[in-house]
Amino acid sequence: MNRLGIIAVVAAAIVAVALPFFLAPFGIYLISMWTVLTIAAIGLNLTLGYAGQVSLAQGAFVGIGAYCVALMTQAGWPYPFAFVCAGLLCFVIGWILGYPALRVQHHYLAFVTLAFTTLVFLVLRNEEWLTHGIYGIDGIARPTLLGWSTGEALDFYVFSLGALTVLAATTWWMLRSPWGRAFVALRENPIRALSLGLDTRRYTLMAFAIGSSLGGLAGALYAPLVQFIEPSSFALGLSFNLLLMVIVGGSGYFFGPFVGALIAVLLPEWLRVTQGYYLIVYAAAVMIMMALCPSGLLGLAERAAKAVLRRDPPPVAPLRIEVTEP
Amino acid sequence: MSAVLEVSNLRKTFGGITAVDDVSFEVREGEILGIIGPNGSGKSTLFNCVLGQLTPNQGEVRVDGRVTTGMRPCDLNRLGVSRTFQLLQVFPQLSVRDNLILAGQEHQGSMFSRLIGHPDAGLGPAAEQMIAFFRLSHLSDEQAGALSYGQQKLLDAAMAFMAGPRLVLLDEPAGGVNLTMLGNLRDRLQAYHAQRNATFVVIEHQMEFVMALCTRVLVLAQGRIIAEGTPQDIRRNPVVIEAYLGH
Ligand SMILES: Nc1ncnc2c1ncn2[C@@H]1O[C@H](COP(=O)(O)OP(=O)(O)O)[C@@H](O)[C@H]1O
Ligand SMILES: [Mg+2]
Repeated sequence: MNRLGIIAVVAAAIVAVALPFFLAPFGIYLISMWTVLTIAAIGLNLTLGYAGQVSLAQGAFVGIGAYCVALMTQAGWPYPFAFVCAGLLCFVIGWILGYPALRVQHHYLAFVTLAFTTLVFLVLRNEEWLTHGIYGIDGIARPTLLGWSTGEALDFYVFSLGALTVLAATTWWMLRSPWGRAFVALRENPIRALSLGLDTRRYTLMAFAIGSSLGGLAGALYAPLVQFIEPSSFALGLSFNLLLMVIVGGSGYFFGPFVGALIAVLLPEWLRVTQGYYLIVYAAAVMIMMALCPSGLLGLAERAAKAVLRRDPPPVAPLRIEVTEP
Repeated sequence: MSAVLEVSNLRKTFGGITAVDDVSFEVREGEILGIIGPNGSGKSTLFNCVLGQLTPNQGEVRVDGRVTTGMRPCDLNRLGVSRTFQLLQVFPQLSVRDNLILAGQEHQGSMFSRLIGHPDAGLGPAAEQMIAFFRLSHLSDEQAGALSYGQQKLLDAAMAFMAGPRLVLLDEPAGGVNLTMLGNLRDRLQAYHAQRNATFVVIEHQMEFVMALCTRVLVLAQGRIIAEGTPQDIRRNPVVIEAYLGH
């Protein structure tokens, strides 16, 4: 990362810490939601952006994590234990969901994961003995950690921001390790990767499992944040939204999910004045952006920074297995 | 001399086409074996069957006496058999250095030890050495996709050597490369061979390249081996001339 990038990240971190002191409780709720969605989007960015595996299941993993924590804490288990279980459960289910990815790719994989999301929704809705069906689960308590109650909006924000920081740092560290290189290789050219000794099967499953477990951990924060969950929150819409966050922010850029989730949280509020037209405006904005800059906002920022610094002449068009830019 | 690679009675069909038809040969330690033949004669398919990208319908492949038929390409690679593909295959978004580190990183430790180990998997110096050997030093921080075609072909070959393989199969390494780069590539392959006594199998069209590099040549036509011998013999062999110029 260059100097400009480091300055931007430090500035953003300062804003993230200082901002809640200037916000009303609803504002704090929104930025807490941003931390939660960012965690889920980081997971999807790992699976999709780095390892190149299309997934429309991330919303379902958020749901699994949320229900896991809600049910476990209401059954009397301590929150930290439920939190870890949500991550582990989604790791295992994500690993299993990775198996179809070993056989199908791209839009076929999108369909498989879409079917999974629908399946999870149906289980949440129909298995009333476990999930309370369409009535959902309410009164989910915010946790008390080592005597520190996160019941107030500000406290919970501090908690979720801390979780985001730890999880993002862990992901950053993992992507810097040889695994990060292997994931990118998997995305760019799995056949060549396989011929260089990469066990592409294991890395694919790992990318799914880790990405899904981040979705589950996001869900584990989502449940106590909103304190009421129901199946429809985790239907396809959420998965599509998370996909949009990754793509709008910049798929394959580490900080893409941070930006994408911010837009996903703020835009509806800003566009509230347009009332019923919100979705139309949002959709139009996304389409225009995709047409102008398919590599997302961070891709755009990177291009702008390069143009300003005018480092080198533009490189020769790379030979690509998958063309993602026009 | 012992055989590093033994291929016996290998056959591969695609629907009605028999791409490789009952092919047997062996590759001896330290030799550079050339495989030539008209387009569509089954050379690439033969490589793909030997290296596990395709499963042969019949036949057996042995590496150092050990049967490897049906083994996955990644396991074969970790046994010390590496390759390049006919079409250029580098990772365009990774730097030249990362391309080379990637080519070596899976050969040491376990998956978990790689996760907690050093970001360059301890291969930074080795990668720089390989980059210098292929005379790409000024490019090691560039994205591979930003290199010229010839430089990418060099990188592609360098990646096949990165893990210190016992046997390297090169599928048209000189394909589409200009004359200067061609000389460069041949020179580097010869230097590597001389230094490490590595064993190569090279598919190539460029006759001068084959003549200069290979110690023995197999000729494939319509999936069968029709001739075998030194480059000089092959050049004069009427059967070979017929196969190339026949139609
Ligand atoms: N995946 C495939 N599916 C069907 N036919 C194939 C496939 N790969 C190769 N072939 C056919 O097998 C024959 C040999 O091809 P190939 O091994 O690529 O030849 P070469 O490398 O000598 O030019 C050709 O007739 C080709 O059309
Ligand atoms: Mg070929």
